[in-house]
Amino acid sequence: MRIGIACPYSWDVPGGVQSHIRDLAEALLELGHEVSVIAPADEDRPVPGYVVPAGKAMPVPYNGSVARLAFGPLSLNRVRRWLKDGSFDVLHVHEPAVPSLSLLACWVAAGPIVATMHTAMPRSRVMLAASAALRTAIEKIDGRIAVSEAARTTLVEHLGGDAVLIPNGVATRRFRDGDPLPGWPGEGGAIGFLGRMDEPRKGLSVLLEAFEILAPQRPGLRLLIAGPGDADDARERVSQSYRDRVHRLGEVTEEEKNRVLHSVDVFCSPNTGGESFGIVTAEAMSAGAAIVASDLEAFRMVLRGGTAGDLFANGDAADLARVTLALLDDPARRAELSVAALDAVREYDWSVVARDVVSVYETVVLGRTEVEVAQ
Amino acid sequence: MTLLFHIAAIVLVVVVIGVYLSWRAGRLDRLHARVDAARTALDLALVRRSSSAYELASSGLLDPATSLLLADAVSGTKNGDRPRDLAESDLTKALRASFSQPEFRPSLKAEAGAQELVAEVEAAAHQVFLARKFYNDVAARTNDARRRPLVRLLRLAGNAPQPAFFEMDDALAEE
Repeated sequence: MRIGIACPYSWDVPGGVQSHIRDLAEALLELGHEVSVIAPADEDRPVPGYVVPAGKAMPVPYNGSVARLAFGPLSLNRVRRWLKDGSFDVLHVHEPAVPSLSLLACWVAAGPIVATMHTAMPRSRVMLAASAALRTAIEKIDGRIAVSEAARTTLVEHLGGDAVLIPNGVATRRFRDGDPLPGWPGEGGAIGFLGRMDEPRKGLSVLLEAFEILAPQRPGLRLLIAGPGDADDARERVSQSYRDRVHRLGEVTEEEKNRVLHSVDVFCSPNTGGESFGIVTAEAMSAGAAIVASDLEAFRMVLRGGTAGDLFANGDAADLARVTLALLDDPARRAELSVAALDAVREYDWSVVARDVVSVYETVVLGRTEVEVAQ
Repeated sequence: MTLLFHIAAIVLVVVVIGVYLSWRAGRLDRLHARVDAARTALDLALVRRSSSAYELASSGLLDPATSLLLADAVSGTKNGDRPRDLAESDLTKALRASFSQPEFRPSLKAEAGAQELVAEVEAAAHQVFLARKFYNDVAARTNDARRRPLVRLLRLAGNAPQPAFFEMDDALAEE
């Protein structure tokens, strides 16, 4: 199929929507489809071959924060030309309620259109502000995809209708191989954690409490924690004598994240709630880490009921310490979990997710002709 | 005779002081009234600006992305989700970004009524700039007057609230 994808946010800036589109486009290319992505991007910055830059994005206030978007007559013309040149079988817009290229593409196009909603918009603010143009554009969408239950709920409440739930994929290949950080995991063993340090639901405090129990039993054991948020505060929750065994990295890049995952003997997901899918856990699985996770429903599912990672009683630091200690003492079990995790995470890989997206495409193109420029 | 003279002198001094103080209090009162008037003018100018921006956004003459961007910024000034100064500054930024887009003005040339709508937004935005300048100016002079020792000692300002400056980004043209 010839697929045209519109990205509302600047390609030059890292972001969830952008990496979703990148991973999806690459997975679609691998499946043998033709893909063209239009995105705001600086002309002189290098972009992948499948990206058509639509000019520099402007930082503008939108929905309570500042976003880098492309709008205005010039952007509209570029979208129009891209649609004309591409003669796509299907147009796939992301976040069409954001005033940028996706909305413009939706507005000028006629033909099969699929839209993916990423974020849950607060209240009906967008709809309240909705101009006739937005409504016209949104009504043209034939198939809607939501990446999360929250995004789907917003859509249903504010726009009516329904959406298919297709969660984000995991770029498992990106995490398959990685070099451990120098000196890690070390002789005494290492436990890893990734996530916001000051978000209670990420459960760092449960892990720190468990470390208090483990530290005297395993004198060489170290803890490697990375993520945004106040790390000093986190470290202060550990007794003075063990504090130098807690290493903090702060916010890390994708590449550093991968190295962290390959630097530890046991990776811990101590989340106490609110985790709908557990992307970090899935990435750790992709790196073949031996995982200890709380027994939340989401983790139980991803870790195949405990066969692809050990589970502990949610919020129970003593249980976490017990499970972790057993795993640290049993290299054979760790190797077993690693293999099982690599196998289990395959069903969350982008290649699988992309196939689900393709079936949405195939449904909306039934009996239709290719995408044309209407306005 | 001397006693009478002294009494007359004291009465005169008291009367002069009284007249002076009531003149000072009256002046302060007039300043506060002008602050209120200037604030009303500023509010009206801001309302005129968001209404004209909304009219432009919903005119169907702009591309939908610009329309939505402006409509969202306008709704931000009305729904009270964010402090007024921040919301109004956001509207300025949205207007500035929209108007400075390449091809923005040429694309509207052919559309009937479009230039009038844009001109109305620009006039309203300029009025916001003026009204805010005048308001902050009278607020500054009032605060100055309230800080005088005599005014503070005798509480001549009474219950009138101290006027706050209204800070926002109101520059429609890019610096």
